[in-house]
Amino acid sequence: MSPAAGDAGLDTFPKLLLHHARVRPERPAMREKDFGIWQTWTWSQVAEEIRALACGLAELGFRRGDRIAIIGDNRPRLYWTMCAAQALGGVPVPLYQDSVATEMAFVLDHAEVRFAVAEDQEQVDKLLEIKDRCPTLERIVYDDVRGMRNYGQDFLSAYERVVEAGRAYDRANPDFFQAEIAKGSGGDVSIFCYTSGTTGNPKGVVLTFDNILITARNAAEMEGLTEKEEMLAYLPMAWVGDHIFSYAQSYAVGFCCSCPESGATVMEDLRELGPSYFFAPPRIFENILTQVMIRMEDAAAFKRRFFHFFMDHARKWGIRLLNGQSVPLGPRLVYWLGNLLVYGPLKNTLGFSNIRLAYTAGEAIGPDIFDFYRSLGINLKQLYGSTEASVFIAIQPDGEVFADTAGKPAPQVEIRIAENGEVQFRSPGVFREYYKAPDATAEAKTPDGWVMTGDAGLFDERGHLKIIDRAKDVGRLTDGSMFAPKYIENKLKFFPNIKEAVAFGHERDYVCAFVNIDLGAMGSWAERHNVAYGSYQELAAHPQVGQIIKGHVEQVNRDLAADPQLAGTQIRRFLILHKELDPDDGELTRTRKVRRRIVAERYDSLIQAMYAGDPSVHASIEVTFEDGRKGRLEGDLEIIEAATYPDSGQTARQAAE
Amino acid sequence: MSAQTSTGAGTQAIGAAGASGARVFEEVLLEVRNISLSFGGVKALTEISFDIRKGEIRAIIGPNGAGKTSMLNVINGFYHPQEGTITYKGEVRRQMRPYQAAKQGIARTFQNVALFKGMSTLDNVMTGRLLKMRTNLFWQALYWGPNLKEEIRHREFCEHIIDFLEIQAIRKTPVGRLPYGLQKRVELARALAMEPELLLLDEPMAGMNVEEKEDMCRFVLDVNEEFGTTIALIEHDMGVVMDISDRVVVLDYGRKLADGPPDEVRSDEAVIKAYLGVGH
Repeated sequence: MSPAAGDAGLDTFPKLLLHHARVRPERPAMREKDFGIWQTWTWSQVAEEIRALACGLAELGFRRGDRIAIIGDNRPRLYWTMCAAQALGGVPVPLYQDSVATEMAFVLDHAEVRFAVAEDQEQVDKLLEIKDRCPTLERIVYDDVRGMRNYGQDFLSAYERVVEAGRAYDRANPDFFQAEIAKGSGGDVSIFCYTSGTTGNPKGVVLTFDNILITARNAAEMEGLTEKEEMLAYLPMAWVGDHIFSYAQSYAVGFCCSCPESGATVMEDLRELGPSYFFAPPRIFENILTQVMIRMEDAAAFKRRFFHFFMDHARKWGIRLLNGQSVPLGPRLVYWLGNLLVYGPLKNTLGFSNIRLAYTAGEAIGPDIFDFYRSLGINLKQLYGSTEASVFIAIQPDGEVFADTAGKPAPQVEIRIAENGEVQFRSPGVFREYYKAPDATAEAKTPDGWVMTGDAGLFDERGHLKIIDRAKDVGRLTDGSMFAPKYIENKLKFFPNIKEAVAFGHERDYVCAFVNIDLGAMGSWAERHNVAYGSYQELAAHPQVGQIIKGHVEQVNRDLAADPQLAGTQIRRFLILHKELDPDDGELTRTRKVRRRIVAERYDSLIQAMYAGDPSVHASIEVTFEDGRKGRLEGDLEIIEAATYPDSGQTARQAAE
Repeated sequence: MSAQTSTGAGTQAIGAAGASGARVFEEVLLEVRNISLSFGGVKALTEISFDIRKGEIRAIIGPNGAGKTSMLNVINGFYHPQEGTITYKGEVRRQMRPYQAAKQGIARTFQNVALFKGMSTLDNVMTGRLLKMRTNLFWQALYWGPNLKEEIRHREFCEHIIDFLEIQAIRKTPVGRLPYGLQKRVELARALAMEPELLLLDEPMAGMNVEEKEDMCRFVLDVNEEFGTTIALIEHDMGVVMDISDRVVVLDYGRKLADGPPDEVRSDEAVIKAYLGVGH
């Protein structure tokens, strides 16, 4: 039986709210740093706030089934709005706070939103700009009154006024709030999460209370979350991950969720708060590590050597300790000392002292970065999820954490790999539908509940799911072996010297690649080794640079050789491009993802040369400068042969033994 | 932001502010009449007269060396004009020192940022509260007893200002390490901490990029609107001046060239000739 049904009818968030207000009234439910101090609300206070707000919304005419848009940074009042709307049988529709007005207009119109709650003047201005295009939008409530003094429109209401009116309404109708909550049940729609949509318009993913609550509870149970956890809510409220970690699991378990003072203070707030449960995309973990390393490079020589000594020790033993494997007494003692002198203070500076559980997801994380955090004793794990699954599809169980997998299927989740390598799943968290898009729903979900993820993946011998690429990008070499370009490119990009890589191989005999060097990292190498260069092009063409990159490529080949399914896709030949791939030339998207088709078209002659076996090639390519002028960039590029390792997993495993 | 930070004045605007921009102000807060100031043989200001009305944003513009900063220095008591009178809140001022001006509710920022570079943003803002502190040096040094309570009260006030100007992220950063645009904002924060009735801003947007300028404009307007603070500002960016000010006075070679609403000043022949220039 599902845990949701086990909790005596606590199948919606408003019911859980009342439950917590009764069972743990004095426990903190939310915090927000405001005016330089952490302000705290207990569960009973939050329940009071939400009660008043819900009554206020009802008085403004909010009815069962109405949609309410929520726009702003992570603020307690906006989270309360979600619960208040749900208490009245309404559906919250959180929007990305940084989207421009036209993007908002689509969602507001598509979801037929009647009410909107905006954080501040900036968001209200955007809503006013598009109000004509959203005929259903009737009322806008704003939280921060600053700058709103001269807005006379009668459909604008200050949050505080709504709450005040709600208190009066509540006094007149004392049974209203409870009665409304009692009308809700687990099968009702809980939220619309609009997926950001890299292609076409965003899609509204409809999730029910059961979807979200069962999934949230399953994961919380598996990880042993308790009411004592501390969580920092700093990722966009419109993103399903924030909804699960900061809202759903907080309500499911009863732990406290904290909002940072502003987007710019997150790192400092993190340090002050010291959360026990933390989520961040790989990019953030990477940035933190880079900052630590840069600061250490500036430290005195003694401190630096001290730091590196203990970090090397942690790398060797820390992960084994975290995994609960046996470690001899000597290294244990040194690790204990390191914890006292280096790891502890470092974790304290980063705000990671109390972390029991940290997740990362979204894209591949570099193994070095991953190991760095784990070696410090931070239980960082990877998970694989999607909006359509209410996040959790696969999680790495404790003691089985590997840098290159996404973990095992989460509780109650079934995963299968389709013929074409696509990952498909079925779980209690599977979304009901895409709102007003039955075709898209039918395309993504089979009638018996399996959801197509669009990701290609495989299970390794440990039973762990490995996500290798988007399914549509996966191709085959002429000998039939699977070719996953992004998987190979990511492996290359984990080297700091390599900024961008593009691999080719679909319907070819072997794999070739383009590489962009990282001007920052290679430039600093050049400085230290007295290599003079005048431009990116010059440095990229330097023979020593070529040798360094060749070493990286061969390391990737060694890794690939260890995996029997991918051993055939080692990189035989590569070249270092004479220009950086650039969004202005259409080679990358604005979010810096490679546009394969365009790169293949623009550099066709180079690709031909690589497969023709030429030792070098003359390149001439049109470039667009920042001011829009166009020019041509010419140069002779060396094509470098990389060693490949014909043996598959066999030797690697033997070597490890 | 709550009303407690207001100077208690509230805007005296008659009619709605907004797209039309035609706010009308009646009550005169400060009036300068026939001010002349010279340094030896150099005449910095010659018989300048204008007024600043309660609640308005008043711009002072003019080419380099026109006497704009001298005018601000006269208003806040740093320079003493040889001739003329200054009437502030109905009282005619004679010789006055800057700290007396500060006590009477006149705060300012400087053309070249004048902050304590080694101190944090918060400490810099707290210095703006110095005149409001009641406890003496002895108690302040002890940081105990009556001072502790007072310090917390002032800190709370400063935190409201920090929140208002959105500089939370640099609260603990030494200001010397901040980029110029942010230093300007810290300076504004310190001036606001004094709860001024009249705020003098000397080129608040100089050296800023477009985005920083837009932010600063927003803050100047917000300060004026939320706290009802009267603002007199010197600025070279004509776009900014014409957009946010209610009335503009134009100086040239120490003389008043024109005085009136932005539209009127913009089309004034003498002003175009001396300062704005003609499009070629």
